[in-house]
Amino acid sequence: MAIAVRNLTKKYGDQPAIDDITFDVKTGEILGFLGPNGAGKTTTMKILTCYMAPTSGTVEVDGLDIAENSVQVRRRIGYLPEMNPLYYDMNVLDYLQYSARLQGMKESDLAGRLKEMVHVCGLESVRHKDIGEMSKGFRQRVGLAQAMIHDPDLLIMDEPTSGLDPNQIVEIRNLIKQLGAAKTVILSTHILTEVQATCDRVLIINEGKIVADGSPERLERDFTASDTLTVELKTFSRNPIEDIIPKLRILAYVNDVSLLSQEYGVSRFEIRTQKGADIREAVFHLAVSEQWIVLEMQRKGTTLEEVFHKLTMA
Amino acid sequence: MLNFQNILTIFRRELRYYFNSPVAYVVIIVFLAILGWFFSSNLFLMNIATMRVAFEIIPLLLLFFVPAITMRLLAEEKKSGTLELLATKPVRDGEIVLGKFLAAWMLVVATLVPTLVYVVVLMVAGSLDLGVVATGYIGLLLLGGAYIAIGLFASSITENQIVAFIVAFLIVLVLFLLDKVLIYVPEFMATTLEFLSADYHFSNIARGVVDTRDVIYFCSLTGFSLYLATVSLQRRKW
Repeated sequence: MAIAVRNLTKKYGDQPAIDDITFDVKTGEILGFLGPNGAGKTTTMKILTCYMAPTSGTVEVDGLDIAENSVQVRRRIGYLPEMNPLYYDMNVLDYLQYSARLQGMKESDLAGRLKEMVHVCGLESVRHKDIGEMSKGFRQRVGLAQAMIHDPDLLIMDEPTSGLDPNQIVEIRNLIKQLGAAKTVILSTHILTEVQATCDRVLIINEGKIVADGSPERLERDFTASDTLTVELKTFSRNPIEDIIPKLRILAYVNDVSLLSQEYGVSRFEIRTQKGADIREAVFHLAVSEQWIVLEMQRKGTTLEEVFHKLTMA
Repeated sequence: MLNFQNILTIFRRELRYYFNSPVAYVVIIVFLAILGWFFSSNLFLMNIATMRVAFEIIPLLLLFFVPAITMRLLAEEKKSGTLELLATKPVRDGEIVLGKFLAAWMLVVATLVPTLVYVVVLMVAGSLDLGVVATGYIGLLLLGGAYIAIGLFASSITENQIVAFIVAFLIVLVLFLLDKVLIYVPEFMATTLEFLSADYHFSNIARGVVDTRDVIYFCSLTGFSLYLATVSLQRRKW
């Protein structure tokens, strides 16, 4: 299910929550909305699910305008809102049945599909329990189950893993990935590792505008200004700042070297190099000639976290 | 076009809420207790086989009970965020409103059904004019429906159930009182006020004549309130 968002703007009073957003989502893509709180992620999702109308701009889902074909579009969307609202007085099976009926599922398909969803979401042990009596993790799974009950082409999830413990987060992520193979998924989060773990593509939104768009790897690469090499050396030097740092600094491509720690003759250095440069070999040869012992060497580029920080901090 | 299946699904869910929680039972029991007290104490005093007392008390009781039944219908969904879930399903706002309206109406019917015992008792004890009883019940259903629609509208404008109750109560109270203040207003206003009064139309019907004018009054009041409730739900899109 392909989505085309064009010049979408939503104002609350005079304050724009999202400001002239344009993007496309291809079928089968898992798209992550990333952004600080209040950036406009939830507003965008509420518009995509036809809950709210934009102030201006259009959204087309498989060529259908969502304002004109609201009911048809909604039939193909599964939505897990922020905070996962549910009817606490209903039990799991009743609630899922209710959702399935409202989605217009045939009565004959209902029983089989309910069973399947209860199984996929791991709800067997609580299926007769009232939702109000369940733990947050189980509620989240009920939220996911109701969103997927009618096998939608597009799944929109607003912070699907918020409030879950680390094990549950991994479970839900795997579930999303599994689903994403066949469906279009849009999810929002402010947990960066989640995006890296699940999404094919990231949209970073800040103050209602898209500030970055691409795969997590590409964003890391594009926004990298310098690479970092951490080196741990065992030497007999008593004063690494004077003895070692100058020698490292004169290596090719090195911008800056700093001492991180020093203990019992073991010193850690952080070497900032030019973007894309790999100086590990040069460091190794230098160490051999100076009779330093290399205990550890680790090279890393800019993380998504740093990209996010850079783009969203004014 | 409204999807009848959706209305039915929402109707069933709401009805089940009423009867799975103490709400329905508390409403029915308290309603019957109050009604029973007034009905029986007057019955022996007047010594006439008539439902008149019941048909005078019930509209008064509905003034309090209907807002209590309807106050949560939409306000709670707004507050808990479940409205977002409901409205993003392929369901029209009008279907949500109608499903909830019918469920609350069904609860009023369930509250009125036990009062048929009075009818049976009176039939045994004396000669009862069944025609008047029948029109009286028709009047109560129409009146209850209109009150529920108003309560639903009140519930649609707020997230707070207490506010929904008070707004609904004030509106139905004004509609009830309109024909009681006729002597205080100038003559040219009197007919208008009388026509707008819910109790005036109800007593017409309860007297034994189902006039189209009275039926149209209740139907349009109900329809208009339901329409306002739907518009008020759609306000989120403005």
